[in-house]
Amino acid sequence: MATFLDLKNISKRFGGVQALTDVDLTLEAGEVHCLVGENGSGKSTLIKIISGVQPPEAGGVINIEGRSYTHLNPVESTRSGIQVIYQDLSLFPNLTVAENIAVGQHLGGFHPVDWAAIRKIAETAMARINVHLDLDAKVEDLSIANRQLVAICRAMAADAKLVIMDEPTASLTRHEVDALLSLVRELKKKNICIVFVSHRLDEVLEVAERVTVLRDGKKVGTYAAKDVNDKKLAMLMTGKEFSYDLKETDLSNRKTVLSVKNLSRKGDYKNVNFDLREGEILGITGLLGSGRTELALSLFGMNPPDEGEIKLDGKTLALKSNREAIDNGIAYVSEDRLTLGLVLEQPIAANAIVTILDKLKGALGLIPLGARESTVERWVKDLSIKVSNTGNAVKTLSGGNQQRVVLAKWMATNPRVLILDSPTVGVDILAKDGIYEIVRGLAQKGVAVIMISDEIPEVLYHSHRILVMRQGRLTGEFEPHKSSEDQIRVAVNA
Amino acid sequence: MHDLFQRLKRRHEFWLASVIAVLVVYLSIATQGFLTLQNLFDLLTSYAFLGILAAGLLVVLISGGIDISFTATASIAQYITMLLANKYGLDWFSVFAIAIIVGLVLGAINAVLIDRLQISSIIVSIATLNIFYGLLVFVTGGKYIYSLPSWFGKGIYWFEYVDAEEISYGLNLQILALFVMFTITWLLLNRTNIGRQIYALGGNREAAQRLGFNVFRLNILVYCYMGLTAGVASLIQAQLAQSVAPTVLVGKELDVLAAVVLGGASLAGGVGTVLGTILGLALLAIMQNGLILIGVSSYWSQFFVGLVILLSVSATALSARRKRKGNLIE
Amino acid sequence: MSNEPAYLTKGPDAVLMRLLKGLTHDVTNRRLIILLVALVVVFGLLIGERFFSQATVQSMAFQLPELGILSLAMMITLVSGGLNLAIISTANLCALTMAYIMTTHVPGAEGFIWVGWQIIAICAGLAVAAVIGLLNGFVIAYLGVSPILTTLGTMTMVKGIAIGMTRGNVLSGLPEPIVFIGNGTVYGIPTAMIVFAIVAIPVAIMLGRTPTGAATYMIGSNEKATRYSGIDTKRVILRVYLISSLLAAIAGLVMMARFNSANASYAESYLLVTILAAVLGGVDPMGGFGKIAGLILSLIILQVISSAFNLLNFSQFLTLAIWGTILVAVMAVPNIRRRLGFAD
Ligand SMILES: Nc1ncnc2c1ncn2[C@@H]1O[C@H](COP(=O)(O)OP(=O)(O)O)[C@@H](O)[C@H]1O
Ligand SMILES: [Mg+2]
Repeated sequence: MATFLDLKNISKRFGGVQALTDVDLTLEAGEVHCLVGENGSGKSTLIKIISGVQPPEAGGVINIEGRSYTHLNPVESTRSGIQVIYQDLSLFPNLTVAENIAVGQHLGGFHPVDWAAIRKIAETAMARINVHLDLDAKVEDLSIANRQLVAICRAMAADAKLVIMDEPTASLTRHEVDALLSLVRELKKKNICIVFVSHRLDEVLEVAERVTVLRDGKKVGTYAAKDVNDKKLAMLMTGKEFSYDLKETDLSNRKTVLSVKNLSRKGDYKNVNFDLREGEILGITGLLGSGRTELALSLFGMNPPDEGEIKLDGKTLALKSNREAIDNGIAYVSEDRLTLGLVLEQPIAANAIVTILDKLKGALGLIPLGARESTVERWVKDLSIKVSNTGNAVKTLSGGNQQRVVLAKWMATNPRVLILDSPTVGVDILAKDGIYEIVRGLAQKGVAVIMISDEIPEVLYHSHRILVMRQGRLTGEFEPHKSSEDQIRVAVNA
Repeated sequence: MHDLFQRLKRRHEFWLASVIAVLVVYLSIATQGFLTLQNLFDLLTSYAFLGILAAGLLVVLISGGIDISFTATASIAQYITMLLANKYGLDWFSVFAIAIIVGLVLGAINAVLIDRLQISSIIVSIATLNIFYGLLVFVTGGKYIYSLPSWFGKGIYWFEYVDAEEISYGLNLQILALFVMFTITWLLLNRTNIGRQIYALGGNREAAQRLGFNVFRLNILVYCYMGLTAGVASLIQAQLAQSVAPTVLVGKELDVLAAVVLGGASLAGGVGTVLGTILGLALLAIMQNGLILIGVSSYWSQFFVGLVILLSVSATALSARRKRKGNLIE
Repeated sequence: MSNEPAYLTKGPDAVLMRLLKGLTHDVTNRRLIILLVALVVVFGLLIGERFFSQATVQSMAFQLPELGILSLAMMITLVSGGLNLAIISTANLCALTMAYIMTTHVPGAEGFIWVGWQIIAICAGLAVAAVIGLLNGFVIAYLGVSPILTTLGTMTMVKGIAIGMTRGNVLSGLPEPIVFIGNGTVYGIPTAMIVFAIVAIPVAIMLGRTPTGAATYMIGSNEKATRYSGIDTKRVILRVYLISSLLAAIAGLVMMARFNSANASYAESYLLVTILAAVLGGVDPMGGFGKIAGLILSLIILQVISSAFNLLNFSQFLTLAIWGTILVAVMAVPNIRRRLGFAD
């Protein structure tokens, strides 16, 4: 195998932050290479150096097919056959598939558009990787998976020899991930090198030949994929060992809090039945699109069911809005923290109390000055959120601390039932651990928790009972101490 | 055929055209004066000013920006041009050249402030509207220019044709300029790489930057194009009004904006077509014209214009919502 | 804390200090205060004593409230992530409504009835405003039309009603108490200024201390996330446009009182100036941010420039140009500081 790219002694400093320290990396033509590391470990910075967006510090060397550079610029990088597919895909939603793929035609000085050439280029690129999409469809009308195909076709149209994908699987369903992985194998056959950045370690290992682990801007090592597993990778990434044990917890003497009977909603889910006890953590897993989020939103009053009933503490609920759900003691942590869970631009304090504004209200309908501060302070302390000033925007916090603010705002409503929808998406391993601990603590205080996740280990190791949802129906029930990851995986993908 | 209809139905232009068609049919039957060549020519002539500005604003909106300083730009352009024309004589070519240069310069000022200082375009253009307009009226003392060069006052009248009733028609300056500017705008947006870059910029600014589009150059181009259209529009307006008044154009910026957004352009950028803009303008023009023809007092015409804007934007929003229904997470 | 002098923590001085601290805590406000001080010094040097005379200060206080109340009406919609282009036409239609009732029913009436009709007139004006505000709010919140389009439509429609009803004519000759609102003083303070204070304080409290206010800021940044937190965002938006419209009506009343007349197209040039004032005062035109204190500072700055130019015999149009320049300059400050390498 020929070496395509060889990086030596790459360092990068941003002001006082040492983002990368003496990293070496070799990429062979036709290999699938994974880059893993915690948030802030320097993955994106490394990609930016390869794509020429950022120069490395002096002393670093970049070799591309034998040519040697001290730094690259975006044009050189593209000309050398390096294409980056960013997590947001960098597509133009308002333009057609053809135009997005052949967007390179629009570069350069003022010239007329050759629409025929654009179609031709797009067709050729799609044919190369055996993809079929409507050339005239607008990208905004495509599914996420198809958009990703457009982005990959664009890389093909640019004659890529190295395709770097930054977290390509984060918003795909399992089937779509499989399709993507087989496409990656296809690219590999064409002697194209693929670099994958991903948080989902099991996927990483499925497709990669080699894995490079970064921690705090330093390279921990490069490993053959067959020599590592996800536990080992987690340890290499964090320098800590994580082990969770599966012990049986008897909750049969606890009171039933929530009881769902024959709940159905056309197109979303059908005939859902389950009970939830005080202090219980109920894991619900299933593929994206299996109806999990829709079910959760129904319990939260935002997606009224067609049939069936929801009983809370024996009382039947007919929820017309999420406000009613909240007032009845149901809280919902959305899967989409960045656009639904928090108002990122607004202060931490404002986000923490937004769910209880009416409760804080005192005389004349005003919120007493002290009430706001004391409430916020209490939650910051209780959930040990690391903040310098609660008046700062939430977006200044790390992913893990942001999620703690989300938990704080729902804990403030004093819920009986807490629904967590994919609570650790985009949160790194250490911070995940902190969130699990908070959830366990809540359950111990008697809160009934529903934890929805498509990461099977997450539900297996952190809930008392697991329900599997498939195509809108609950199809299986597992007790963690009597089950294995594989058993559940089979049930999910059946 | 069915498929074609499905595709058409999704287009904003289709709905606009349908409404206009209904209006045209109704007015043709209900009134004597609507469907005459003369009325058509008068309409085109009197709406040319708004139309040309709408073409410029369309480009700005597609790029993801907004400009409301163009009425002040137009006022300055026509004032300077006519002042020079009165003093030095000049000819058609040079008056347009001067007006366009003034427009380009003022447009470039907007672009530089927006791009280099990273201030949002709405703020910059509100500020420059006040600056341009304030300075113009301050310097000129608000004085009108009543005497224009006679060749300018006469205008042009090509392809004259006299019908049976001895009424003559011809291609005048306003209509010519309107057609030329819409054609150039269409060519720019659909037939050049820069036009496609403008759409791309409005659709996803960050991606455009990453791909190596020169965003500063695009901004300069977009706001200068707006300035150019303001320059052209200002002259045909002066020719029609047979005078130049520094204070009459400012205040019309929202009328132009209304036409462009009625035509389907989005303030969020990336969306909008020349055809849509023409239809949006046509709807406003035909409605105002029709109200007069069916005998509604001109005092009430503004009310109906507002009503139609409100109804059509509400209907569009409702149909968009119906499309989204069933899709839980909007 | 503990070693601060006692007068800083107790008594009326403490309140004042807290207020000052609050005012200077905010970066935008600090910048505006520096700008204001600089302007006062420059104009003081240029104009001399006359600039600080009671007459000058009083005339400023007479002029500020109109633009002030209109800017409040614009500001709260900007904070909620929208905008209300219909404020001027609303103000005019409401003023016309009040003026119509006052000119037809008040003259000739006496005593109780004389007062009664004036109150009825004002209530009728507010009722008209409420209808317009609810229409705007309904279309924006419940139909999901963008605020700029909606209010562009209502602006045209409302002005159309005003023109249609009056045929463009002026209604004038208002009863004395009304004229007093625009031209009278109480203990030397112009009545209009008192009206401004009476409306600005509740709006400040609404934004700063009530659930509706807190929700308005959240909605301004991200409506959907706010809805997911259990807030009835549609109702909040409806309220915002209702309040905005009512404020416009009060501005209409003040305008009518000052001119002793009402007309369909008064003060139209103020429309974009209200946005200018709000943005200069630290309101984010994209929504989510902005405080009354900043707006008031910005209004004072604009008024100081306008009054000083008046004393210097400069054209009011030069004032417009300077206002625009100040806006760009203030907005450019953060960027320029960043370029010069200052941390902000
Ligand atoms: N433009 C920048 N300015 C300052 N610090 C940066 C910049 N980009 C990255 N960093 C810092 O460099 C470190 C590595 O970040 P990054 O490469 O984004 O990590 P990853 O992609 O692995 O999450 C982090 O501490 C981050 O805060
Ligand atoms: Mg990253």
